[in-house]
Amino acid sequence: MNPLPLVAVAGSPNAGKSALFNALTGARQKVGNYPGVTVERHSGRLVLGDGRPVELVDLPGAYSLEPASPDEAVTRDVLLGQQKGERQPDALIIVVDASNLDNHLRFALQLIELGLPTILALNMVDLAKRDGLELSAERLSHELGVAVIDTVAVRRRGVAELQQALDDLLSAPLCGVHEHVKSDLVHLQRRAREIATAAVIRETPVRRWTHRLDAVLLHPVVGPVILFAIMFLMFQAVFTWSEVPKTWIESGVAWLGGAVSQALPAGLLRSLVVDGAIAGVGAVITFLPQILILFFFILLLEGTGYMVRAAFLMDRLMHAVGLSGRAFIPLLSSFACAVPGIMATRTIEDPKDRLTTILVAPLMTCSARLPVYTLIIAAFIPNQRLAWGVGLQGLVMFCLYICGIVGALLAAFVIRRGVLKGGGGGFMMELPKYQWPLLKDVALGLLTRTEIFLKRAGTIILGTTVVLWALASIPQAGPGEKQSEVSIAGHIADGIEVGVKPIGFNHDIALALLPAMAAREVAVAAIATVYSIDSADDGKGAKTLENRLNHSWPLPTALAFLAWFVFAPQCISTIAVTRRETNGWKWPLVMVSYLFVLAYAAAGLTYWTAVALGL
Amino acid sequence: MTAAVPSEHFPVGLDTLKPGTRARVSAIDWDGLEAGEAARLQHFGFDEGVTVEPLHLGPFGRDPIAIRVGRMTVAVRRRHAGAIRVIPIPR
Repeated sequence: MNPLPLVAVAGSPNAGKSALFNALTGARQKVGNYPGVTVERHSGRLVLGDGRPVELVDLPGAYSLEPASPDEAVTRDVLLGQQKGERQPDALIIVVDASNLDNHLRFALQLIELGLPTILALNMVDLAKRDGLELSAERLSHELGVAVIDTVAVRRRGVAELQQALDDLLSAPLCGVHEHVKSDLVHLQRRAREIATAAVIRETPVRRWTHRLDAVLLHPVVGPVILFAIMFLMFQAVFTWSEVPKTWIESGVAWLGGAVSQALPAGLLRSLVVDGAIAGVGAVITFLPQILILFFFILLLEGTGYMVRAAFLMDRLMHAVGLSGRAFIPLLSSFACAVPGIMATRTIEDPKDRLTTILVAPLMTCSARLPVYTLIIAAFIPNQRLAWGVGLQGLVMFCLYICGIVGALLAAFVIRRGVLKGGGGGFMMELPKYQWPLLKDVALGLLTRTEIFLKRAGTIILGTTVVLWALASIPQAGPGEKQSEVSIAGHIADGIEVGVKPIGFNHDIALALLPAMAAREVAVAAIATVYSIDSADDGKGAKTLENRLNHSWPLPTALAFLAWFVFAPQCISTIAVTRRETNGWKWPLVMVSYLFVLAYAAAGLTYWTAVALGL
Repeated sequence: MTAAVPSEHFPVGLDTLKPGTRARVSAIDWDGLEAGEAARLQHFGFDEGVTVEPLHLGPFGRDPIAIRVGRMTVAVRRRHAGAIRVIPIPR
């Protein structure tokens, strides 16, 4: 069988390439990875008017075929047919921003020189018009020697015409690729400017929206204030908006547990399903609303173009600890989860900057730590009001976040002066035009996150909670014995306890630390499982988990546990993604060991201080 | 008032311009930049003869600098902007 014709979508960053790719392929997309490198491969299928299917691949945005980043290297290699795991495209759709032709045409000219059958999508013609710029697709086509189609990808305008042009292009006999003639960049740039000027029909100077907004958002005083306000709003929303859906999920889980309890006869199976699977996974799924709200904000900030402005505002401060403003975005994403955060470091060009950012990303308080924080705070910190709108519990939570941030900055400072010395990383970024992201794109992004999270809850978390349940339930405790002590898990925890006793950790915590390696939030599920199993014995099952903890843990222990989780090294996904992103075991090992030392020291210091203060 | 400096003939670093001052690039010290940094500046369209205009300065230490070049706005650090020599265009 002949493979489908492969059409590559290429263009400079911020040309609206992905939006056009989305418009062409709809939701029929596959996200994979190019072998050996950490660059995502987005592909999708498009059916032409006559029913012929075509495979479309969305290449990473690039400024030229002379790569300055791993992403750009993939783009070049695919186009030249040198990329492992990808055939050379049969045809090319080049996407350019109509209001930035002078720049984008340089890469377009380089691509046209490749000699592949090519169409140029003159994208975002509506925004160009808004900025007073009118262009002639005809003149452009004449100058470039390829078909030019006006498009507005986000409104699906010109998409049908583009498909038609693609149809025509693929119906013509495909010719082989010419030898790659390399014109030099400066020459191409000058030619691009000439063509861009020639394509202009009319230009009326107008004060551009983006400039007006930047005058406020990048203002030296107002800018940082707005940034801080947005961050504050974001974290407020994460906690307040999530409360209602959270109670829904909680009552749903409780209802399910009750229903299953009634349906199954008492015994090991019921215990496995109710105490193991439902209690464990249920405890974790309640955090889905918070994770989604956080991702909603991050997707929105990215889609509008504000994220880059935030990087601009923060660059000098990040530079002081040896990072670049570009690290701000990955670190901010790490508040949701270190895994996408670490993956987002791909945009950092300087290798040392990037590695440092990867190493400190797990210190940002990820959403998986929220369940742990929320549980311990609810159990031990009195719900006191300090001032209007400021509660003690919220304050403690805020302090934990600050500890993580300060820890990350200090760690970056030390790493940049130690293992990763030298090399002043740069900060060079395009500030794209502001635009309102398509709600559909944001929804698509959220859907992917939900899927990933639920898959995790369904596999890793379910698996570990069930294993833990088994370890914690076998052998069954006799009368007068405590289940969490006689079980296999109890004996393993005995071993761990020896190591963590000096920092105030008890048997329950030792028991929770091991499964928490899988994912931090499993610590809560583990504690929930243990207490839910133990409670089956004492007959007072009505107590909440918070209540139980409050009665069985001393305060210094609880505080030490919180301090441990500020630095907590454990999370297999983070370790795995770090291995993948750094191509080896060296850096994940460095990361785990330094985080472990920090966590142990922080928990110890907290415990000893709290004990000394007589708490 | 006429300034004592005949700016028409003496290029200055792009980092010394006040926001809102348009200038023409007279030379770029490519050798003073790392290869990747030089490539990026080229990608952004910095070239001799191009008109540039610093638009915004970072809030801390007036670093980085947002510069309009051609039809796009880019952010670069002060150090890199200094490698771009410009002749201010009188208003």
